[in-house]
Amino acid sequence: MSTQVIPKPSLSHRSSRWFSRNLIRIYAALAFIYLFIPVAYTFAFSFNDSGKSNLVWQGFTLDNWKNPCGAPQVCQSVANSLQIGFISTLVATVLGTMIAFAISRHDFKGRRTTNLLIFLPMATPEVVLGASLLAMFLNLRVNPGFWTIVIAHVMFCISFVVVTVKARVASLDPRLEQVAMDLYANERDTFRYVTLPLVMPGIAGAALLAFSLSFDDFIITNFNSGIESTFPKFVYVSAARGIPAQANVIGSAMFFIALIIVIVGQVVSRQRKK
Amino acid sequence: MANSKVLQDTGDLVLNRISKRYGDFCAVDDLTLTIPDGSFFALLGPSGCGKTTTLRMIAGLEEPSAGTISIGDTDITTQKPYRRNVNTVFQNYALFPHLSIFENIAFGLRRRGIKDVKSEVEKALDLVELAHLAERKPGQLSGGQQQRIAVARAIVNRPEVLLLDEPLGALDLKLRRQMQIELKRIQMEVGITFIHVTHDQEEAMTMADTIAVMNQGKIEQMGSATELYEAPKTAFVANFLGQCNLIKVRVQSRSGGKVVVSAKGHTFEIPESRVSSSNDSLLLGVRPEKLRLDGSGVNSIKECLVTDRSFVGTSTQYLVRTPWDLELVVFEQNDEGLHDLRLGDKVSLEWDSEHTFGLDGAQDVNAGADLDDDE
Amino acid sequence: MAFLQGTTKSQSGAKGDSLKKRSLTPYLLIAPGLIWLITFFVIPIFSLGSTSTMVRPQGAQIGTYVQELRFANYVDAFLANQEQYVRSFLYAGIATILALAISYPLAYMIAFRAGKYRNILLVLVVAPFFTSFLLRTVAWSQILGDEGPVLSTLRFLPFIDESLRLTATPFAVVSGLTYNFLPFMTLPLYASLERIDPRTLEASGDLYANGFITFRKVTVPLSMPGVVAGTLLTFIPAAGDYVNAALLGNPSTKMIGNVIESRFFAVVDYPTAAALSFTLMATILILVTLYIRKSGTDELV
Repeated sequence: MSTQVIPKPSLSHRSSRWFSRNLIRIYAALAFIYLFIPVAYTFAFSFNDSGKSNLVWQGFTLDNWKNPCGAPQVCQSVANSLQIGFISTLVATVLGTMIAFAISRHDFKGRRTTNLLIFLPMATPEVVLGASLLAMFLNLRVNPGFWTIVIAHVMFCISFVVVTVKARVASLDPRLEQVAMDLYANERDTFRYVTLPLVMPGIAGAALLAFSLSFDDFIITNFNSGIESTFPKFVYVSAARGIPAQANVIGSAMFFIALIIVIVGQVVSRQRKK
Repeated sequence: MANSKVLQDTGDLVLNRISKRYGDFCAVDDLTLTIPDGSFFALLGPSGCGKTTTLRMIAGLEEPSAGTISIGDTDITTQKPYRRNVNTVFQNYALFPHLSIFENIAFGLRRRGIKDVKSEVEKALDLVELAHLAERKPGQLSGGQQQRIAVARAIVNRPEVLLLDEPLGALDLKLRRQMQIELKRIQMEVGITFIHVTHDQEEAMTMADTIAVMNQGKIEQMGSATELYEAPKTAFVANFLGQCNLIKVRVQSRSGGKVVVSAKGHTFEIPESRVSSSNDSLLLGVRPEKLRLDGSGVNSIKECLVTDRSFVGTSTQYLVRTPWDLELVVFEQNDEGLHDLRLGDKVSLEWDSEHTFGLDGAQDVNAGADLDDDE
Repeated sequence: MAFLQGTTKSQSGAKGDSLKKRSLTPYLLIAPGLIWLITFFVIPIFSLGSTSTMVRPQGAQIGTYVQELRFANYVDAFLANQEQYVRSFLYAGIATILALAISYPLAYMIAFRAGKYRNILLVLVVAPFFTSFLLRTVAWSQILGDEGPVLSTLRFLPFIDESLRLTATPFAVVSGLTYNFLPFMTLPLYASLERIDPRTLEASGDLYANGFITFRKVTVPLSMPGVVAGTLLTFIPAAGDYVNAALLGNPSTKMIGNVIESRFFAVVDYPTAAALSFTLMATILILVTLYIRKSGTDELV
């Protein structure tokens, strides 16, 4: 700034200039506050000495964190969600990764159709996915329960896995595999020592995404769960009478665990690059 | 595994009538080439001339549409890349980003089932003088260091043939000079055949014993750098290696070891041994540094006009227009005998007949000019 | 593994393509996943289609239906629920526009002004997702609720009507939809903005465009793929959502998702629910196709 030439701006002028230059940062800060209000609220009310209703602040306590299973059914629903999440993630990641490799590494008849079939579940509202699957189960006289939830979750996670892994495979330098072959690695060794380690971060990311989609899903689950409970379903059902503070503990814990996993993942990938 | 196939008795690399077609496009056209064991060989040509395709066929990354490739007595045409004892230094190095430098170099040894890789890897690292970087990751190295690691990673396998695909293309000029000398030293130390693909004529001339100039899938001419420069056989070679003045002339007589030619009323002589065509229409070629800016001997053009002048340190380069409006390039060393000519000055050009060569006159005068730096 | 086999046999394609080859391998790779998708996505859609034209025979038990190809089910279902149907698309549309308005500056800031904090800010955009979707919605319903902190503060203001409510209003439902799908908008926007070479923006400035013109003529067109992807990823789930309407709304803010759910579970009227689902899906697919065509972005798939 050439303050010698221009007379010193007045304070209000300067502050308005600062404001307009940083407008977008201020805006972003407000957006982040907006994003985090419910998270902070959930976290704060996990310390509420609530008794039955967790609607009004009644005093600080650590009891809910010490005994997250204190409220009936909370832990059972979380355990169900974790089991469903793990199984669905495993199956969806394996099936999706295979498709991703086929699509990005092979030229085959029906590739466009395959792409379309991968895209469609992502473009279909959850309520339709849930309702159609339930309609089929009802027609087949299958009672919905644990395994129908797993089936549904694998179905909608596959597409997301394919898209994530495909992006990683596409960004892979094809010459690295040629180098491996040039250096006496046969097809199997090339895959094992070069392709797989390089695509692994993509697969891990896809698995993380699949797990969080599965763990957080409510609509499709609600259609295909019968009497089986999951954590989101538990929250929905108890929302009417006020959810117990223990649910806030679970939600907050999930938040911090996921945050740590993501941050550790970022740090590790940054160190690997070095 | 491949190590059982590693042959110690190496031999010449022979490409016999190989072609590579992609649909209608013919990248390599009926190419025959023998590369002697232990030589430093360069494949030189503009981008798209088929040199990289040729290299990839030798490496086994492409299969020829026709023809055979063999090393010594072994036909390797259809052998998988990991079965042939040929290694490649790729353009931009392509080091494995997830492996340390040590593991990058050990990769080939391990795949061949060699248990004790440590001493071999260390020897290779010493050869490229980077032993202190063994535990680093490729991302932490400079371009020049990565380049040397790529060489070490290939050489540690003691291949029969080492292929270098534009290995210095990503380096800056100074580093490139340094690496050219380094690669030559390494080649002399290990004594294996190096095949170097490049579009940089200076690089090829500095490093290789033998250069094959490629154009449109065919080899135009093969020989030492001096041969190619002093006695090119085609207009493409004359223009692609260095700069060249080509003058359209007609043969007047051929006798006594001399070919007398004429252009627009001027007569010149070319030694018969330096004329590569029996055609009556020829291109008389003479390099810019062989032209003198005065004199009136047998080979001279009077009444020329200086149209441009630029000072480039060791020499001054002039553009001189002949009476029939042909522009010739003249380099004059910046030493005592300097003519300090200005634009518009009149000058006569002269040269010695042993510095000229005669090419077939049916060629395009500009073939191969302005092609070398388009990558 | 088998899918690298035949690398050297490739006869087609240029340099990078030598790993692509026609063989049985890709089919073996896609088979398990595709069979899963066909069995649990494609067939159910047909199953839904077939349910949608069924009829409950006179005097039969609740939940028993027979196929009579009664396409009038669609007309009946649509006429009975026009209001919710229109409302779904209206709410989803408003929520999408709001999300775009909130996300674009945010994504722009992260892509161009965040410097070394870029990755941290990206994690922060996704982070609220890690708390359960339902918990966050419930949290909003309590924050905006009659006893919640927002209203109790507002009531101190002189010009605020005592009877003002924030929950159980269209405002609350649309806010909830906007909030819940915000990251789906921000991330694709960020991805396309981040890909813009800052030098193109400088070039625009060099060529006499001021900041606003540069934004309008260079930044926005180059970020279009992100806008298209983001709006789709927000609009599609928002149109089919029923959680926000159920937790933040009242009976007069019901969306089509709520109707489908209650037809399935409360009323046990499967054909109507199926017809409504089918209509919803068809409408969305048509809208999406038209939108993608119009915006000229085919690379989404």
